[in-house]
Parts: sequence; C-alpha cells; structure tokens
Amino acid sequence: MGSNSWLASRSVKVEKQQGQRKEARVKVLVLGDSGVGKSSLVHLLCQNQVLGNPSWTVGCSVDVRVQDYKEGTPEEKTYYIELWDVGGSVGCASSIKSTRAVFYNSVNGIMLVHDLTNKKSSQNLYRWSLEALNKDSSPTGVIVSNGSDYDREQFAENPVPLLLIGTKFDQIPENKRNEVLTRTAFLSEDFNAEEINLDCTNPRYLAAGTSNAVKLSRFFDKVIEKRYFTRDPSQMTGFTDRKRFNFKSLHYD
Amino acid sequence: MWIKGSFTDIIMSFLVDSVIMFTSQVLFFGFGWLFFMRQLFKDYEIRQYVVQVVFSITFAFSCTMFELIIFEILGAMSSTSRYFHWKLNLYVILLVLIFVVPFYIGYFVVSNILQRQKLLFACMVWFTFMYFFWKLGDPFPILSPKHGILSIEQLISRVGVIGVTLMALLSGFGAVNCPYTYMSYFLRNVTDSDILALERRLLQTMDMIVSKKKRIAMTRRQMYQRGEDQNKQTGFWGMIKSVTSTPPGSENLSLIQQEVDALEELSRQLFLETVDLQSTKERIEYSKTFKGKYFNFLGYFFSIYCVWKIFMATINIVFDRVGKTDPVTRGIEITVNWLGIQFDVKFWSQHISFILVGIIIVTSIRGLLITLTKFFYAISSSKSSNVIVLVLAQIMGMYFVSSVLLMRMSMPLEYRSIVTEVLGELQFNFYHRWFDVIFLVSALSSILFLYLAHKQAPEKQMSL
Repeated sequence: MGSNSWLASRSVKVEKQQGQRKEARVKVLVLGDSGVGKSSLVHLLCQNQVLGNPSWTVGCSVDVRVQDYKEGTPEEKTYYIELWDVGGSVGCASSIKSTRAVFYNSVNGIMLVHDLTNKKSSQNLYRWSLEALNKDSSPTGVIVSNGSDYDREQFAENPVPLLLIGTKFDQIPENKRNEVLTRTAFLSEDFNAEEINLDCTNPRYLAAGTSNAVKLSRFFDKVIEKRYFTRDPSQMTGFTDRKRFNFKSLHYD
Repeated sequence: MWIKGSFTDIIMSFLVDSVIMFTSQVLFFGFGWLFFMRQLFKDYEIRQYVVQVVFSITFAFSCTMFELIIFEILGAMSSTSRYFHWKLNLYVILLVLIFVVPFYIGYFVVSNILQRQKLLFACMVWFTFMYFFWKLGDPFPILSPKHGILSIEQLISRVGVIGVTLMALLSGFGAVNCPYTYMSYFLRNVTDSDILALERRLLQTMDMIVSKKKRIAMTRRQMYQRGEDQNKQTGFWGMIKSVTSTPPGSENLSLIQQEVDALEELSRQLFLETVDLQSTKERIEYSKTFKGKYFNFLGYFFSIYCVWKIFMATINIVFDRVGKTDPVTRGIEITVNWLGIQFDVKFWSQHISFILVGIIIVTSIRGLLITLTKFFYAISSSKSSNVIVLVLAQIMGMYFVSSVLLMRMSMPLEYRSIVTEVLGELQFNFYHRWFDVIFLVSALSSILFLYLAHKQAPEKQMSL
C-alpha cells in the first residue's frame, strides 16, 4: 500500500512539473485495422469535412479537435483534444509493434474503430485494445505479464474511457442491418463502451442533435473529466495498477 | 479368353490409377483451401468464395504435376495412364492459367472501379491480356515453324517464358538475400540508446505537429467567429471587403500548414527508421541464440553456393554451354570412375533422382508459398485482397509449370521422356539459357541494391 501512495505522490509531482512547463494535454488514440477508415474518421471529427483522398497511414498521424466541454452550460470551456491515428495491422512484425508502442504513452481515451462489413476487423479490436492498454509505461518499471488473452473484468474496471465506432454503415444492405447491430451490441458490452455506427464520407451521421453526436460529446467530456478533474495515479497507465495485485504478474516493484 | 482378360485388366488398372490421382488431387485441393483460409486470409473476411476455389484448384493441379513426375521416376502406375493424366492435367492447368484466372482478375479489378457493366469490361480486359500474351511469343525463338496456331505448344511456350523469368528473378534475389540475412557479419551495430534517441526525436516531432495544429485550429475558430461578427455587422460591405483583401490570419495559416506538412513527412521517415533499428536489434539478439548461430553458419555455406551459381551461370552464357548430363548421372559416373566404388547404377540413379527431385519440389513449393505470403501481407488491403491473391495464384501456376520444364535437366534421360513427350517439341535449351541470363541479371542487381542500402543506413544514423 505504501508503494501505491508513493506512486500517487510521484505522479502528482510530475503533473505539477508538466503544468508549470506547458499546458497539459488530452490524448485520445484511434485504433483499428488498416482500411477501416480511421483517417477519414479523424478528418471528419477535426476538420468537419469529408477526406477527399484517403491514403495509407505510415506511422502515426495526429489531428486536433476543438471540443467545447459542457457546451451550453455556464461552465463551458474549450479544450483541444489530440486524436492520434496509429496506422498498421494487429498481426504485423514485432519491430513495428515495439515502435508503435511509443505512441501509447499517457493515453486519456481510446476510440476503437472497426469496419461493419468485415467481421475480422471487429474481432481484432480485442487484440488492439490489449496492445494499447498493456503497454508498460509506469515510472517504477513494473513489468506486467504478457496478457494476450482477453479478460472481461479488466475492461469493466478500466480507467481509460473507450468508444466503439463502426464504419461503412451505408454499405450494409437493409436486410443484414439487424444482424450487424446485434453483433456490435455484444462488442460494446464486452468493452463496456458506447458505440457509434456511421459512414465516414457522410457528415450527416454526426450532425448536431443526432444520438451519435450526443454520444461523441459524452465520450469527449468523460475523457476531459478524467484528465483534469480526477487525480488518480492509475490514469497514467492502463492495466498496470490492477495487475500488480494479480497472480499473473511476474514482478512486483 | 486371355485377350478379354487383359483388356479388363487394362481398364481396371486405369480406373485404379484414376482413383489414386483423383484422391491426391482432392487432398491437394484441401491443403490449398486450408492454406488460403488460415495463412493468407487470416486478417480478412472471405466474401467471394470463387477466389478461394480458383486458388485451391490452381494449387491442386500444380501439385499433381509434380506428383506425376515422382510417379514417373518411381515407375508407379502404368505408363499409359500416366501419359493420359499428364495430358489431362496439362490441359486443365493451361485452361485455368490462361482463361479462368486472368478473367477473374479483370473482373475484380473492374468491380473495384465501376459498379455496372462489369462483365463487359472484364471481357475487354481479358482480350487485352490475350493480345499481349500472344505477342510475347514473337521476340523469342521458342517455336519451330511447323507448329500450328492453336497447338498446345504455343500456349505452353509462352507460359514457360513468363514462369522461367519469374523463377530466375526469385532465384537470383533469393541466392543473394539468403546469406545476407543469415550472416551476422552484415548486421549493423545498434544500441538501445540509438533507438531511444530516435524515439525521442519522433515524439518531439509529433509534439511540434500537435502544437502547430492547435494554433491552426485556434486561428480558424477565431476567424470563423470574427467572420460571423463581421457579416452580421456590415453585410454588403463585408462581402466587398472579403473579395479585395484577404484577412491576415489566412496567410499565416498556409505558412503553418506547410510547416505541418514538412513535419509530418519527417515523422513518417523517423518512424520507418525506428522500425528499421528495432528489427536490426531483434536480429542481433536472435543471432546470439543457438538457432541464430546455426543460421549464421549456414549463411557462410549459402554464400559460397551463391558465388558458385553466379560463376556457373556466367560460364554457361559465355561459352554457350548446355549441360548434357544431369547431376545425378554425373555424380554416379564420378564415383564409379574416379573413386572406384562399384554399385548398381540403375538402381541407385533411380532412388537418388527421386530424392533429389523430391527435395527440389518440396523446397520450391515451400519457398514459393512463404514468399507469396510475405508479399501478400506487405501489399494487400481489404479492397485489393481478392485481386492480389488471384495474381499470386497466377504467378504460382506459371512458376510450377516452368519448374517442370526446367526440372527436366535434373533428371536422367530415361525419365525425361515423359516431359518431352507431353510438352511437345519445345526448345528446352532456350529456357535454360534464358534462366541463366535472368538469374545473372537478378543476382547482380540484388547485390548492387543490397550494397547501396547497406551503405546508406549508417550514413543516415550518423546524421541524427
């Protein structure tokens, strides 16, 4: 327990230092298989325009979204949310994976994107979320065991807010829609996250007032709240804290 | 009575042989199906089963060809049924490689681009393919003039040219690349601090991109709000003003946007360099293990083999030499004449050829499948996966057909007859010469390419 408070005090100290040096940042990862439409989605969310010429993302591309926290209330404040669109596939070489891991530091929210017309991309989301959340970024160097199997409890208590986004909604024929929506409902239950289904080439899915837009604002508000208004030490890493008291972990600090 | 008896015997043996062939074809088909599903398409959803069927059929009939060669050497099955199945197999595989696969490639390419009139455009694409395929035969002296226009030799000769070119290219590159990757002599020295420094630079670049984009977003928002206010106030005059003078913010914006574009390009380069360093570091760690040391040792052998092959190819071309005897018979002659060891030449030549040819077949199939898988992972996306896999099936089919052509040289005379008989009177020597030329070109350009890449990398590191 002592180490827990030491960790807490250290992270607060780091926070203070960061606050003194520069304004603290809100970082949201956008993960998913290649070709599902992450770049189009990010462009739509940040520029409010449809991306005309999508091309293959090499490495990571960042864009900034201007979000009005608590819009319409007297506490309204503008925040800049960074959307980090990490490219690649989940089954690629380990050298690419270890390089990608550099982008997973201090993440405040994750958007999991899958293609509604491709079941494999939805299944791969489990591996994507584990890859991003199991990244060891704790300053004390606690090594978490390689949990490559999915554990639902981890997601139930997960401190990082998740959002599930299904793309290419318009390409599903009418008679298949129910089946697809049932499948995604199961997925969102597993991740304990809300889901949005849209078509990245059509802005009307995110038009103001639609349930999609409401869910999106709620997600970003939650991310901002977690970032600025709660000071729990487990916000810096993914599962590290929980796994420390788990039998499966190999080392304790 | 005995005439009738032998007639039914022939029919029976033919039926038995056909059943054997059919079973083995079904087995190969199943293997191709599983390979497609488990390896190639493991990250994609299979929506067009036609593609999987076509791929498995190509694989099955190619493997059957190899099986027939093995049967030829072993003397299994009667020679008439072997000949019949050879012909049948050849016709089917040519049909698939020239009609079915190119047509489907055209169909899927067209359906990616257009939504209607797909069949019509697919047929047009196929006719263009046939035209170029036919024209391919003109510059090569592969046919004697006594063949008709629609003979099987015309088709096989062209397929053979394409396949032999592919084989030689892959072979040349493989012969050079194999020792380069196995030997740890060529590994650059990479330390953890190098990687950390590069990663830090990458993150700094990303941070700079983020801060510039924040400025752009902020400026845009201010302009939008100001623009709204302006319009509300002045209306008509506001419009005139906006035509004649650009607001000061937007010039700044385009400058910042250019900086952002440059930084994004830099971040991509840094990412790729970091990936390169990470993979080198992993290879260094691997080379310290037992397996790594074993491969390093193998690498030295392969480099000697590679140098010898290049040397032999040059000799063959320069002296216009054509090998008359195959390595098996020559090896046996050497042992009999020089070392004085006497053994039953016929018996041993059969078994050794079987083993040699078997090894060649297995390694070439395995090598090709691994290369195809790597290639597929590297370049495919969810849109183009069908087209790419069909192109790979086409390459695989042509590769295997020309393997059979070239394998003729590795077999003793008595087993070559079936290949010569079935494939007609092709100028086999031409194919060997063509293979040597392309092999030499490919190997030398791979050496040059790897040398340049190797030289360029440490310079990049020094400039960091």
